[in-house]
Amino acid sequence: MPVSIDIDNLDKRFVMRHTRSIKESVLWLLKGRRGDLSRKFSALEGVSLTIQQGETVALLGFNGSGKSTLLKHISGVMLPDAGTVRIRGRVAGLIEVGAGFHPDLSGRDNVFLNGSILGMTEKEIRQQFDSIVEFSEIGEFIDTEVRFYSSGMYLRLAFAVAVHTDPDIFLIDEILAVGDEPFQKKCLAKIKELNEAGKTLVVVSHDFDMVRKVCERGVVLEHGRIVQDGTVSEAIGHLRAG
Amino acid sequence: MTAGSSSRDDDAVGLVSPGHSAGLRDVVGSRFLLKLLVDKEIKVRYRGSVLGLLWSYVKPAVQFVVFYIALGIFLGLEQSERNPAGLPNYAIYLFSGIVLINFFTEALSNASRSIVTNGGLIKKIYLPRQLFPVSAIWVSGIHFLPQMVILVVACLLTGWTPSVLQLGTAVLGFLIVALLATGLGLIFGAVNVYFRDAENFVDMLLMVATWASPVLYAWTMVRDQLGQTALQIYLLNPLTIGVESFHFAFWMPTAEQTQGLPPSFLSVWVPIGLVVSILVVLLGQLLFSRLEGRFAQEL
Ligand SMILES: Nc1ncnc2c1ncn2[C@@H]1O[C@H](COP(=O)(O)OP(=O)(O)O)[C@@H](O)[C@H]1O
Ligand SMILES: [Mg+2]
Repeated sequence: MPVSIDIDNLDKRFVMRHTRSIKESVLWLLKGRRGDLSRKFSALEGVSLTIQQGETVALLGFNGSGKSTLLKHISGVMLPDAGTVRIRGRVAGLIEVGAGFHPDLSGRDNVFLNGSILGMTEKEIRQQFDSIVEFSEIGEFIDTEVRFYSSGMYLRLAFAVAVHTDPDIFLIDEILAVGDEPFQKKCLAKIKELNEAGKTLVVVSHDFDMVRKVCERGVVLEHGRIVQDGTVSEAIGHLRAG
Repeated sequence: MTAGSSSRDDDAVGLVSPGHSAGLRDVVGSRFLLKLLVDKEIKVRYRGSVLGLLWSYVKPAVQFVVFYIALGIFLGLEQSERNPAGLPNYAIYLFSGIVLINFFTEALSNASRSIVTNGGLIKKIYLPRQLFPVSAIWVSGIHFLPQMVILVVACLLTGWTPSVLQLGTAVLGFLIVALLATGLGLIFGAVNVYFRDAENFVDMLLMVATWASPVLYAWTMVRDQLGQTALQIYLLNPLTIGVESFHFAFWMPTAEQTQGLPPSFLSVWVPIGLVVSILVVLLGQLLFSRLEGRFAQEL
């Protein structure tokens, strides 16, 4: 199996800046850089992870452990301070519900905009449009402004677009908690289907039951370091043990 | 190299580092997305507005009338028997410069804010971020069209018969200004992520821009009041070149006697203006790609 995601010794430090204006920065420089204008901390430290094509990986850990940050490095939103991140093929992320959706546009316009943002060509979107609408169960509301959608509808449309981008790597960050039971089931089925088609999945979720159903491998992050990498049951066990 | 590491390399064929863009070239590759972003901007801006796109006719027209009355009539800049030193057909003179400056102002100010405005998206999904300043410029280009319509109508009413050279110069002048706005938009759009002061700085810059180019007065005043050297510096400003190009194309054919173009305008200064603008774009591109790697975390 070819490698899908290869992360080697990834470090990411964030600067907690306390000021954002030139005046304050200049004053700080003039005062001989006294006091801390910025404080650095490591959000990811020495993270190495190789994921084969078609693997299903649950990324687990407490809030602030660096899960979202790691996904953002895989999608290219963030760049490493040290180490390398390499991927094969197209990434689609559901990092947050409806990122790239505009409330003042209709569902239809948003499908085009979001599909295009996620890397689909015009032709691909046109081909997939009906299927996207069908999957989302939005029906006639597709020409209504998205601001009038319920959060469930919002999620369904966002998810429908994302699964139709035909990504090679699919990143899911804590979004499946939204939506009603039947749609969650449908999403899980779709995710499984994607995986059977050989897509790589990386899922962040606090819903252990869901994660157990979808993922085989489990990786646990703690303060930006990988502390456990094995089966999903082992990972959940590690977390439960504290 | 060991056997182990080479087999690892075999598996790694085709792996790429995500998040590295080819700059403005990526924008060309994402033309469809650019179009959607521009459409979105236009739709959203005029949502719930009765007059819609008509506003982009009304606003410059009002601005023009105010300037014309205040400067042309009250302050007597329009050429007349009492004021033979004034500019003939001052209304067209003023308007042809103002439309271009309006375009520049809107383009640069929106481009400078574009990265911060779209921060929500930039933080979550990777896409060529140059798209945002470029689409801001494009939207301003669309708003520029109705103003051009008003200008051309006004010119035709005052007996406008431009030559091909004049029209071609206007196109070049617009291009010079659009490139300048793009380059500066990339620079300030990126810097604004780190220092929100950039927005205010741009507002100030734009206020100066109207006065640092021959929009309200003639270029000869710079020469007469400040001398030749000052004129050369004045002409290095691509905005001056753009505005003079527009005067050449729209105002001169409608005016009987004019001060003419600055010396060597077409042969030397227009090409220089183009080069300066292109350099600003290259600088913007360079600075932007230096800074964009940290956009997601700084926003
Ligand atoms: N852009 C940022 N700037 C500064 N700190 C950040 C930024 N993004 C995340 N962090 C910090 O990095 C740590 C890891 O965050 P995150 O990856 O979102 O955790 P998780 O998704 O596991 O809850 C947290 O302490 C968070 O506050
Ligand atoms: Mg998170």
